[in-house]
Amino acid sequence: MTVTFPQRPLPWLLLLPQLLVTAIFFLWPAGQAVKQAFYQEDAFGLSSEFVGLENFSHLLHDPLYYASIGTTLFFSFAVAFVGIALALLLAVMADRVMRGQIIYKTLLIWPYAVAPALAGVLWWVMFDPSTGPIAVWLKSMGINWNHFLNGNQAMTLVVIAATWKQISYNFLFFLAGLQAIPRSLIEAAAIDGASPFKRFWTVVFPLLSPTTFFLLVVNLVYAFFDTFGIIDATTSGGPGQSTKILVYKVYDDGFIGLDLGSSSAQSVILMMIVGVMTVIQFRYIERKVQY
Amino acid sequence: MIERRPWLTLFSHCILILGIIAVALPIWVALVASTHPAEAFKQGVIPLWFGDQGWITWKKVLFSAAGNGVDVPVWLMMINSLVMALAIALGKIAISILSAYAIVFFRFPLRMLCFWIIFMTLMLPVEVRIVPTYKVVADLSLLNSYTGLALPLIASATATFLFRQCFLTIPGELVEAARIDGAGPWRFFKDILLPLSRTNIAALFVILFIYGWNQYLWPLLITTDDHYYTLVMSIKRMVSVAEGDIAWNSIMATTILAMLPPVLVVVGMQKLFVKGLVDTEK
Amino acid sequence: MNKMTLSALTLSAALLPLASQAATEIEWWHAMGGANGEKVNEIAANFNKSQSDYIVKPVYKGNYSETMTAAIAAFRAHQQPDIVQVFEVGTATMMSAKGAIYPVYQLMKDAGEKFDSKNYLSAVTGYYTDSNGNMLSMPFNSSTPVLYYNKDLLAKANVEPPKTWEEMDEAGKKLRAAGVQCGFTTAWQSWIQLENLSARHNVAFATEDDGFKSTKAELAFNGPLQVMHISKMAEWQKEGVFQYGGRTNDAAAKFYSGECAMYTESSAGYSGIRKNASFPFGVSQLPYWQSQIDKPLNTIIGGASLWAMQGKPSDHYKGVAKFFSYLSQPEVQADWHQFSGYLPITQAAYDLTKSQGFYDKNPGTETAVIQMTSGTPTVNSKGLRLGNFAQIRDIIDEELESVWSGKQDAKTALDTAVKRGNELLRKFEKANK
Repeated sequence: MTVTFPQRPLPWLLLLPQLLVTAIFFLWPAGQAVKQAFYQEDAFGLSSEFVGLENFSHLLHDPLYYASIGTTLFFSFAVAFVGIALALLLAVMADRVMRGQIIYKTLLIWPYAVAPALAGVLWWVMFDPSTGPIAVWLKSMGINWNHFLNGNQAMTLVVIAATWKQISYNFLFFLAGLQAIPRSLIEAAAIDGASPFKRFWTVVFPLLSPTTFFLLVVNLVYAFFDTFGIIDATTSGGPGQSTKILVYKVYDDGFIGLDLGSSSAQSVILMMIVGVMTVIQFRYIERKVQY
Repeated sequence: MIERRPWLTLFSHCILILGIIAVALPIWVALVASTHPAEAFKQGVIPLWFGDQGWITWKKVLFSAAGNGVDVPVWLMMINSLVMALAIALGKIAISILSAYAIVFFRFPLRMLCFWIIFMTLMLPVEVRIVPTYKVVADLSLLNSYTGLALPLIASATATFLFRQCFLTIPGELVEAARIDGAGPWRFFKDILLPLSRTNIAALFVILFIYGWNQYLWPLLITTDDHYYTLVMSIKRMVSVAEGDIAWNSIMATTILAMLPPVLVVVGMQKLFVKGLVDTEK
Repeated sequence: MNKMTLSALTLSAALLPLASQAATEIEWWHAMGGANGEKVNEIAANFNKSQSDYIVKPVYKGNYSETMTAAIAAFRAHQQPDIVQVFEVGTATMMSAKGAIYPVYQLMKDAGEKFDSKNYLSAVTGYYTDSNGNMLSMPFNSSTPVLYYNKDLLAKANVEPPKTWEEMDEAGKKLRAAGVQCGFTTAWQSWIQLENLSARHNVAFATEDDGFKSTKAELAFNGPLQVMHISKMAEWQKEGVFQYGGRTNDAAAKFYSGECAMYTESSAGYSGIRKNASFPFGVSQLPYWQSQIDKPLNTIIGGASLWAMQGKPSDHYKGVAKFFSYLSQPEVQADWHQFSGYLPITQAAYDLTKSQGFYDKNPGTETAVIQMTSGTPTVNSKGLRLGNFAQIRDIIDEELESVWSGKQDAKTALDTAVKRGNELLRKFEKANK
């Protein structure tokens, strides 16, 4: 890494395409979004007025904004927890079986490739209160499923759809982690007479904890930012505000409500959150590479 | 195997099979639903076994028009999606490998600044800056064009990072040796770096292809000409049919067709896909 | 240097459609999917065939809010369509965007196109007319809420379709007793159960004549009538007389599947119901509270109108004007009305439909027109003109949902909705001084 080439103009030439694309399609629009956060404007952009921090102070005094933060946190942790737990279970099972491992793996990883919006549409159909097979089955079990009305059920629905897509990712990482554990360690524990269950908790799981931590961060980021399509295709944030996560709120206020000022202020806040999260993630990756 | 516990192995198989069934359930329902007439959806419970309309629906969706306000056939949108996904994947790889090369193997003023500028793109998802981005693309008259579909989405740093990480692991001796041999930066790039990154490129390609294929808010906004509609975005158009009669059977058929190519890529290039995931760690 | 990008550029250049046509192309963004969308294409195609100077090109841009947002984003980027279809709740936003819209009366005058606003049904155009009586946009698809009922289920419980909410109470209970899962459900809850409720009982929905007079308007739908109605519905929700089925018209599934015996929905839902209901159904007028008013007023409209947007070359507007005239022709209107279930916008189209015997052959289709045109609209039943109204409707949806789920009582929910909505109105007032 210390060895480099001395040329002067060449590195700039090499960087040029990416810098250009970044400047035109990222920096400039992002700058506009930040600027907008300090203005109040009509929808068509015919008149605009500098309002300073008013958009921010509105937000910070709005109980619904805090409610949305709460919803986002709950949603993200639910997706991360359920996704990690189920993926771990499946990965441990897949690691155990000798026969058919590749088939199992293949049949479990494909949902990663499905677009969030499509995942949303699929699960929406499954849970439609009047016609969805699962909703009807639940009704026959005595559970009155109506996610149009019941916020908790709506939340369950979006968590299921979001987790469904993410399990494959978690599964792959856990499986790789499990297969990297030296057999000798497990064998030693087995000779000591530890049951498979005990072996898992005392030997395997601690060794997986870096993977688990990494997946926790990744899943949180995923739930925070990449689930827009799922929410949009299923609940549109409802009922009430029960599934309106921050990213969806930005879109909803700015795009449906045409309140660009408030929406931009929310983007700026989000940007800061992403910034912090990215730095954490980045530091983690850096450390791993040096190690 | 450490010891034989047949009941435990059986249990493992059961759990895995249950997992597979749960994961595949929505696809099953979608497949079945696409073989029934549209009304079946509304009159009661979605049936769990195939109907007799499948051929008609699939043929119509694939070759004449997807329906629900989308007047172009799926095959055309598939080509659009393909062009967009390829342009995003290849474009991103091309610009990223060059800039990562510059950042790792050269020392020049403002190097870290450039690095951070590129790095910043990770911080703002496209949903959040979409109105100003739209304006930029419109000003460049790129609405309704493949360039407009792909270029703005190329502006993201994930791939640059991957290449940077990968280049950082290349031992300095290699560079030194190349310089002693009289290889210039270009030859070093072509003869050493590119061959070394071949699997990385392929793995990244798989991930970026999926990313590009699955875009939907952006194409939704910038296309008004249905010759540029992509498959995933058209689903959104189809389900937002207002006050009318949503033809769920054709939506389900289109949904399956829309997820097919990326799923095939994942399944067919499993090894590269896994490598891509582990590498990008995003 | 970067062959990939270059070749992508050339490729896209080669694939750009040839834009060198003799006729002027007029872009029309609309929100009509499904069968109505196909009809829209047909209307445009027929217009294109009828003359050779202009080509109207309809583009489906998703649901109403998506279409409106897309047009606004396009306007900001100077890429706006010539015509955009905007739902009724976007009216105030469009009206106040003086530099963005080309008022229809002005457009017709400038283009020298024959145009008399008196030919249009005032109950429809009232919504889209400014305080001086000038028509600002061209009504296209207007609808009004009616009550649909499942004849089989009603016969099973031996009840008549209810004319009033009092009768609904009784009918619902009888239906429940007869083993029907739910009495009625509703689409568009804010539009039907609050906006139209207020209009029908001659009660203000907002101050300043429901916003027609100025942008200073404040919401007023937390009055005794509305609170009473929503409390009653909450009670019904508990008893199964009413069941909430989701926002917009997601509740249709409950009616189609025979779960709910009745369904308050837009008159434009007719074609969907005809297609999807496997049972005989009837249409009757939207119920009212007999205890509150002897003779109910007209209901107000929903749906959308067409707005011409500023910033296009003048020859485009000639074409737009021609197209608007074409749309208003009795034959075109009557055809659209009969096909879609939207209201006719001119008296001539209504008369034509009548003389064609359409209403006799399709019982129930005239209900909406009669209900809509009965009596003279008062300031409370002319329509609503409130800024940020799309968002306000979302708020109402949210608050009502918390009533149906039993989290809040009607009074609290409506008070909160009014308070939250007023904040948006003040924002709008400030941004559109």
